[in-house]
Amino acid sequence: MSAYAFWGAIEVGLVFSLVALAVYLSFRVLRFPDLTVDGSFPLGAAVCATLISMGWDPFAATAMAFLAGALAGALTGWLNVGLRIMDLLAGILVMIALYSINLRIMGRPNVPLIMEPTVFNAFQSEGLDDMLLRPAILLVVVIAAKLLLDAFLRSQMGLAMRATGANPRMARAQGVPTGGVVVIGLALSNALCALGGALFAQSQGGADISMGIGTIVIGLAAVIVGESLFHSRRLVWMTLAVIIGAVLYRFFVALALNADMIGLEAQDLNLITAVLVTIALVVPMLRRRRRS
Amino acid sequence: MLTLKDLRVVFNAGTPIQNVALDGLALHVPAGQFVTVIGSNGAGKSTLLNAISGEVTLDEGSIQIDGMEMAGLSAWRRAGHVARVFQDPLAGTCEDLSIEENLALADARGQRRGLGRAVRRERREEYREQLRLLDLGLEDRLEDPIGLLSGGQRQSVSLLMAALRPSRILLLDEHTAALDPRTADYVLALTRKLVKDKGLTTLMVTHSMRQALEIGDRLVMLHRGKVALDVAEPANKGLGVPDLLEMFQRVRAEAISDDALLLD
Repeated sequence: MSAYAFWGAIEVGLVFSLVALAVYLSFRVLRFPDLTVDGSFPLGAAVCATLISMGWDPFAATAMAFLAGALAGALTGWLNVGLRIMDLLAGILVMIALYSINLRIMGRPNVPLIMEPTVFNAFQSEGLDDMLLRPAILLVVVIAAKLLLDAFLRSQMGLAMRATGANPRMARAQGVPTGGVVVIGLALSNALCALGGALFAQSQGGADISMGIGTIVIGLAAVIVGESLFHSRRLVWMTLAVIIGAVLYRFFVALALNADMIGLEAQDLNLITAVLVTIALVVPMLRRRRRS
Repeated sequence: MLTLKDLRVVFNAGTPIQNVALDGLALHVPAGQFVTVIGSNGAGKSTLLNAISGEVTLDEGSIQIDGMEMAGLSAWRRAGHVARVFQDPLAGTCEDLSIEENLALADARGQRRGLGRAVRRERREEYREQLRLLDLGLEDRLEDPIGLLSGGQRQSVSLLMAALRPSRILLLDEHTAALDPRTADYVLALTRKLVKDKGLTTLMVTHSMRQALEIGDRLVMLHRGKVALDVAEPANKGLGVPDLLEMFQRVRAEAISDDALLLD
């Protein structure tokens, strides 16, 4: 594997660790199987790329992408809590709606960002190669996101969110408005995911309508890989595990794609992901069965 | 003070499996009184507690706590006034959270929850003090996930959580039923101590007549969603389980003859 491919995989892995944190928040903390992320990831990319191509400051455009993601997540939450639509279906409805919305936002199937400024340009210097600069900046962003998420989950509201996911009846008995907490949690989760999408568009040179396909599976794969590497119940370790899971996962995918003898190509990515997630889900179950 | 008027709860109304769980139940509990509630399966004990805490919506009637109307308020809004311990020891605590986080969650009951740190240092000392009262060695395990504790230990922590913040009403839903006899006795003794120390107005549902006779200031028996029997100071009257059974038989016979009259 070339250095270019190596750092490229790390870069994408770091972007997807934001998605993984988002999926961890919805699937594990809230225990809400939220499929909205397949739509909010390209939503973040679409909003950010469109605004930048309109001449917006890349930081402001990225912030708007974050907010757009929050809105999408809140919508899923409202469909579930307010209108009592089943959790999976609520996410699918918003995901499908976002496909059209993303096309509307971009006005065409893709918005390239080749010559436009990005958040990465702001840190460009003579000394550092672009190939290394982008992963370095992303690493700072991901660590900041992790530390903020850790702090949030230890706050009063964060505690209420964890209780809502694990034991909603008890949470209500302790005065937690569980419905509102679900809406806030999904908003936060999808905001993180859209932030990932915005950074992905800026690092990969544009937004594309089909870039969201399989986001949820990749995020879930990262969470599962991370969880199987670290057996800890402590939050600080879990969020770190999820990030490492995302990077490792991307790294191995790159490795598989680069090994010419296997004959895999880029379009096989989703198939590989599905197979890997299936294996990751089945292996612990088999191990448990053998033990008992 | 708790005032219940004409509580009516019907499950699956208008269907063949319609079930009238509460049928015009009325009860007035003065502040600080400890009431034990007994009754056979389906008498409406659990529905009564669920109705007071807001998990079940009333079809008719009024629930007043210190003169404030609760009917129509959602469960989480009532939590500032009503504390609750469930029958299942796993239901009252959150197993992914540490012991101190569970206590912190209860510490914010009925208050706005913001982005401030949940487990504050000065409160942690208070949690440690409270846990020391249990005498289970939990004061040294504040950061352990509560899922590592036994059912009895978790139920004891649930009780502490219910009594941590001042609330007007404490609801105990067969909270010793899932424990082994020795642990159940321990949790019961703890219950009496907490209720006495904090002067809590308490409603305790129990399946054990002996328990109902021994503790509390007043015994209430439910039958078919109504108060069938209301005995003040049962312990002082020297009532035994056979007396209670006899009273129950009499009440049930009356109920049956009522039905028979209706059929005529």
